[in-house]
Amino acid sequence: MSFFFQLLINGISLGFLYGLSAMGFVMIFKSSSVLNFAHGELIALGAFFFLALVTWAQLPIAIAFLVTLAGCFALGFLIERIFLRPLIGEPLIYVIMLTVGLAAMFKGLMLLIWGGNLQTYPDFLPGFLTLQWDILNIPPAYSAALILGVTFLTVFGLFFKYSPQGIFMRSVADNQKAALSLGVHVQRVFALSWAIAALVAGMSGVVLGIINGINVHDLSSIGLKVFPVVILGGLDSLSGAIIGGLIIGLLETFTGGYLDPSLRDVIPYLVLVLILMVRPYGLFGLVEIERV
Amino acid sequence: MKKFHFRPCGNYRETYGQELTVFETDFGRLWTWVGIFILFLILPFLGTPYFLHVLNMIGITSIAALGLNILIGFTGQISLGHGAFIGVGAYSAAVLSTTIGMPFLFNLPLAGLIAALVGMIFGIPSGRLKGLYLTIATLAGQIIIEYVLVHWESVTKGTMGITLPRPAIFGYELSTDRDFFFLIYVSLGLMIFIAINLMRSKFGRAFIAIRDNDRAAEGMGIPIFRYKLLSFGISSFYAGFAGAIWAYYMVSITAEPFNLGLSVEYIAMVIIGGLGSIAGSVYGALFITSLNEILRWLTDILMNMKVFTEAGVNVAPIREFFFGLAIIIFIIFEPRGLAEIWRIIRSGFRLWPFSY
Repeated sequence: MSFFFQLLINGISLGFLYGLSAMGFVMIFKSSSVLNFAHGELIALGAFFFLALVTWAQLPIAIAFLVTLAGCFALGFLIERIFLRPLIGEPLIYVIMLTVGLAAMFKGLMLLIWGGNLQTYPDFLPGFLTLQWDILNIPPAYSAALILGVTFLTVFGLFFKYSPQGIFMRSVADNQKAALSLGVHVQRVFALSWAIAALVAGMSGVVLGIINGINVHDLSSIGLKVFPVVILGGLDSLSGAIIGGLIIGLLETFTGGYLDPSLRDVIPYLVLVLILMVRPYGLFGLVEIERV
Repeated sequence: MKKFHFRPCGNYRETYGQELTVFETDFGRLWTWVGIFILFLILPFLGTPYFLHVLNMIGITSIAALGLNILIGFTGQISLGHGAFIGVGAYSAAVLSTTIGMPFLFNLPLAGLIAALVGMIFGIPSGRLKGLYLTIATLAGQIIIEYVLVHWESVTKGTMGITLPRPAIFGYELSTDRDFFFLIYVSLGLMIFIAINLMRSKFGRAFIAIRDNDRAAEGMGIPIFRYKLLSFGISSFYAGFAGAIWAYYMVSITAEPFNLGLSVEYIAMVIIGGLGSIAGSVYGALFITSLNEILRWLTDILMNMKVFTEAGVNVAPIREFFFGLAIIIFIIFEPRGLAEIWRIIRSGFRLWPFSY
């Protein structure tokens, strides 16, 4: 029974991380309908940026974290400005391939600077975050992830609900032409959504780096795991991303634990195909897909 | 006497046949024959084995890229699973020739057919999905096939890989790069011939109609689902055929090269070459394969330079960086690819001195 509970805890933490990583992805898709294949690389960039600030520049943790977030925000803004703006209105395949090209570029750059080896952050999490509960043991990194995730979810929930920029973003997501004719600066909204998505990606990169260590290949492969998560949760639903992440995470750990460890990596994609065939808009997505 | 046609300046087509013609001018036909002559009688006898090896790789990738262009460029269905279908072809050829012991000449088309079957199975989601949902479904297909290739150990021998026997045609054993050169380029010629004529037929035009507007196509009586499946099948047939040749040429295969990276590389070829252009697929294969070779050569030089070895910098990732950069540059500056650049250059000459 304790094996079951340990798997449950592991699954929930893993799923929560997937959900966090997927949030940024959903944000880009929601406002500009771009499928971002470079998301894993953005996550990895955030992790490495934090690493550089903590180990090379020796900044205090809190400041390093804030600078990382600011840097990712600027990076997302620049990506939209330089690479995606010329492609507004182009067919889907060009936009997809552009993000694939970006992914290759970032990956090459990171490998060039930091190499392909596993690196770790210095230990800085305070001990009281460790939760000991009968036989269950939750490491501090997971509770930190939980706190960060809930904070970000609340902040962005409020941002989308009440702030003018958030309302603009929702309006663009809902209907681009109508938003444009009502005076919303659509291009600024696109830039902002990329910036916020990169920020969230960077944040989840830092958290993932604390838990699993920092490795370019591992972190960028999370970018592919995001697909089953967002399809399950619904491509345009932020809370759906978290719930989809939890389901995929649980599924992965339980198949790994009870069936076959090698099936772990392929089961999310089997689920993905199944969902696409039965309910392509996912659990919480907007039902607008067209039957061909 | 037959009237020869040169340099058409403007659109003078009067009959339907003229619209359908493959060679617009006799000049083009002449150059095609000259090209075939150079390709088969001069090129293979020049240069080093390395040069021939690169040419062979270009030929094999061209066949597979042609298949992907039929699917993406002509039918408009974006697939991220092409690399896996090439793998299916390669493994089919390997299994057919080792465990079953089929002769080489049957194996190539058979491997293509098996890949076509698998491709059609993974094309079934296209009946209900389109656009980015279909892309994600093919991404899942890629990962599932990759998993099966590694873990179906009784057939694929898992991570051990399979070693193939030397192929033989009517008792003549193909062993050198030059033998393979003839095999590969004859197949490529055949495949280009089939593709060009397919696109002039009812099927090709149905594909193009689906790409341009699927609802209108259905309205005009084209059974879209059947044609989409057919397109998946044809495209995977090309992939499987190329994979089979690749397996024989490489002698031993493992599942490792047939990953998502390969699929992405093929999409890059099709875009850089030119979507919806048969010649473009070959240009794209040429461009990406040469780019890979040049970057490999460059990193080898850099790796041996004293500055880098002393600093302990690994320069290999430069390849990945420039690969991504090439894709981005093409998409932003010439999304219609090399085929379009070539067309602009040609019409620049033709309309001289009044180009633009």
